[in-house]
Amino acid sequence: MTEETRIPAAIADSIETLDPELAAQVAVQLGLTLDEYQGVIAVQGRVPSLTELYIYSLMWSEHCSYKHSKKQLRNFSSEGEHVLQGPGENAGVISVGDGWAVAFKMESHNHPSAIEPYEGAATGVGGIIRDIFTMGARPIACMDSLRFGTLDKPRQRYLFDGAVAGIGSYGNCLGVPTVGGEVYFEEAYEGNCLINAFAIGLMREEHLTRAVGSGPGNLVVLIGSSTGRDGIGGASVLASQEFDEAAENKRPAVQVGDPFEEKLLIEVCLELLKRGLFVALGDLGAAGLTSSASEMASRGGVGIDIDVRKVPQRETAMQPFEIMVSESQERMLAVVKPKDFAAVEEVCKRWSVACTAIGTITDTGRFVVRDSSLPVGSDIVADMPAEMLATSAPEYDPPMARPAYLDELQQADLSWLTKEEKSIETLNSELLTLLGSANICSREWIWRQYDHQVQANTVLLPGADAAVLRISDTGRGSATNRGIAMSTDCNGRYCYLDPYVGAQIALAESARNLACVGAAPAAITDCLNFGNPEKPEVFYTFHKAIMGLSDACRYYGIPVISGNVSFYNESFGNAIYPTPVVGMVGIVDDISQIVTGAFKQQGDTIILVGQTEDELGGSEYLKVLYGQVTGRPPLLDLELEGDVQRVVREAVRDGLLQSAHDCSEGGIAITLAECCIAGGIGALVDLDDELPAVASLFSETQSRIVVSVSEEQVSELITRLQQAQVPYSVIGEIGGESLSIEGKLEVPIAQIACTFSQSLEKMVKQR
Amino acid sequence: MSRVEDLRFGVVTFPGSNCEQDAVHALRHLGYQADYIWHQDTDLNGFDAVVLPGGFSYGDYLRCGAVARFSPVMAEVVGYAESGRPVIGICNGFQVLTEAHLLPGALIRNKGLKFLCQNVHLRVEESVCKWVDLPAGTVLDIPISHNEGNYICDEETLAGLQENAQIVLRYCEPDGSRLSGGSAPNGALDDIAGICNQRGNVFGLMPHPERVTDGVSGSKAGSVVFTAIATYAREVAGR
Repeated sequence: MTEETRIPAAIADSIETLDPELAAQVAVQLGLTLDEYQGVIAVQGRVPSLTELYIYSLMWSEHCSYKHSKKQLRNFSSEGEHVLQGPGENAGVISVGDGWAVAFKMESHNHPSAIEPYEGAATGVGGIIRDIFTMGARPIACMDSLRFGTLDKPRQRYLFDGAVAGIGSYGNCLGVPTVGGEVYFEEAYEGNCLINAFAIGLMREEHLTRAVGSGPGNLVVLIGSSTGRDGIGGASVLASQEFDEAAENKRPAVQVGDPFEEKLLIEVCLELLKRGLFVALGDLGAAGLTSSASEMASRGGVGIDIDVRKVPQRETAMQPFEIMVSESQERMLAVVKPKDFAAVEEVCKRWSVACTAIGTITDTGRFVVRDSSLPVGSDIVADMPAEMLATSAPEYDPPMARPAYLDELQQADLSWLTKEEKSIETLNSELLTLLGSANICSREWIWRQYDHQVQANTVLLPGADAAVLRISDTGRGSATNRGIAMSTDCNGRYCYLDPYVGAQIALAESARNLACVGAAPAAITDCLNFGNPEKPEVFYTFHKAIMGLSDACRYYGIPVISGNVSFYNESFGNAIYPTPVVGMVGIVDDISQIVTGAFKQQGDTIILVGQTEDELGGSEYLKVLYGQVTGRPPLLDLELEGDVQRVVREAVRDGLLQSAHDCSEGGIAITLAECCIAGGIGALVDLDDELPAVASLFSETQSRIVVSVSEEQVSELITRLQQAQVPYSVIGEIGGESLSIEGKLEVPIAQIACTFSQSLEKMVKQR
Repeated sequence: MSRVEDLRFGVVTFPGSNCEQDAVHALRHLGYQADYIWHQDTDLNGFDAVVLPGGFSYGDYLRCGAVARFSPVMAEVVGYAESGRPVIGICNGFQVLTEAHLLPGALIRNKGLKFLCQNVHLRVEESVCKWVDLPAGTVLDIPISHNEGNYICDEETLAGLQENAQIVLRYCEPDGSRLSGGSAPNGALDDIAGICNQRGNVFGLMPHPERVTDGVSGSKAGSVVFTAIATYAREVAGR
């Protein structure tokens, strides 16, 4: 044995000792490469013990270490005057004025959900909500961004139905409203559904808490559920590898949620935080106690000494490594001063929540794990440098290669699409087909299963362009008239056809949704879902998407305050569409001024803000009517987009508008149909844009918003549009019982409403 | 008549309750005093009315309300109700009231086996309920949000509810009519959305009036459920 592989006496005598050859084999089995294993030896200065190997394999897994993405993520800026906490904590935090702050983050739970949709989605919600109250904020809303394969496949219906039920079961029980979200059904997600959960919490600024361990001698306290073997290796086994035939065998790595326990944890933790009884608080997520404790120590520059036998266990004969890496849900790790521990225990007892001191903060900088059931002197099963463990994971700069398909698809000639003259009857029927298609039809079947009103602060019901929550500490203080708007967007098809532009459109659409309710973007979180980063073509799309998103964020001055990367969304070698989902939060200054997309009043003038171009590449029309995913996605002019949003946002705030709804998938025909359906009233429209009818109706040109204005406000709005040099056209007026677009289509509202509202349920229930 | 702020509501918090804050907020918004009652507390003195709020008491893992019924506070709530004092159970609170036998019948899973969160139309019925003081036939729009709101009871009980005018609210169509196949989205027997005891002081309902009290989502339709009780509560308290 060389000097480098020296093992301290305590470990040498324990059952944990591995001979060097076996250790290398175990390392590879646990998902480390041989090079990474050499890195472990370099950090440790010796052959690691079994527990140490498990800990490194998790901390250096893609899921925990971001080793393939870290360098790219540095392109994002988290700078902003109202940013209180950027990336690196459990969630980002911004100030929203008057002493209020919001914490928010989006996170994926894709791999577990693809195996067990109900528990996978439920624990995804549980995990993101813990990230929020860990920061000291009361969770006030959730949204979800979901992707599945097409619903003609029974397996996809099972996944979709299960995931929706799982999200509902968890959020409903917690009493956190699920206020919106998005879902797309595309073949590309057949082997890998995406479950991205986006949560936000509200707090007074002074209650902001961080997971930074400090104060040698302070107690490390585990609060909440007992620890079992569920979710062992979730981060390394599920989230950091592709799926293959053996996916079903990975089911034991999926955790099971207990929302009741989490509800109690919210109340306990918020009470203890408010009383100042926590020095630090973190949740146990991926890699369980290991990552929570080591990150806490690393952030604080301290050491931690934990005895695994003090951890309450729900199963017998658990090995130290099992206890350290278990992903049992509903557990929190706190640092508590010894003098405060009795008070912490008292509050936990009142709520019937378990609370156990399992270790102490030390000044050694070492992350030490003991097993006190072993003889004294050989009871240390892991002894690692805390700082290095959390920060020294390898960092890769993977090769990139522009995928060959991009040129081929982007150069596709789509002129044939608009050549054919189509009759009104044909266009009517195409509109109905689109309105009833999976990616456009009403999502009511989903959100009816989510409690979207609990906490009594939901201003807009799901289905609106953006969700709006009143800023109010309901039940504890008085309500304000200010609001928080949130939206989540990403069109994966656009990102597949052009990852740079597609990612920018995700941001632009989120901000446009906010503009429709009068809110300005304050900050975003993101959830970057991609395939295997070790494939140069996949990594190229990842790089381009990050560049697109970060460039656009910088242009608008929108900070990225938290986020998550999910790689290895591949099965049998096929990657999902690049899917960089944006979760945006903005402020509404006066919730009484908010408008919805619904047409309100007969005789109001309908104005299209922005201008339609012939842009059917990557469109819903091309996919639904012709089964093709090709062409270039719509262009995005950041300056024009910003101007369109600003004029509409200010018009909403000044009470000029009766309704506002953005144009997205399916084009202006779908936007107008949705405005009519929501308002229960028709419209008489003349688009008069000199485009072929199909492009005029279904083109997905960006930077467009359909607004309606009462007669007395028309001239004021037009003056503002002209001053801002934003293209616009007066396209018609509200009235009648049909959506009538001059020379192009005419359909009764009752008919389109029926198709729009019933399609999703029919697709789910087909046999 | 004395002022509303003289009236004090107690809102019970069970572990897993999640609408107790909404109820307190709604009551305070209406000008009442409102405070929380911990499920381990056994003193209801000083409260003019008791609210059992919505949520998932004890996770509702056994059967909705089945465990909450054994909380120490519930023995007191039973006595309080039997002495004629006003008690209202909303959603999970309604389930707790049936488990505690303060109201007859039971609430089982919705007929479609899905959680339902949506606005519903409710027809006010001619009833002995002290909590609702509106002409029969009035239609209220109030949201529901539950997985187990499908009211059932045996025929004899149903006949008793009808005969004694204990059915307070029924699910209905926007114009107040009821479909022959039933208008309850959850499949409730006889479209029952809310019932009271024979004395009319104990009221259980699945819809959430506290969510539509201060107009945050545009409606204040739920306020009426909390305002009518004031007069009765004072009478019975001897004030």
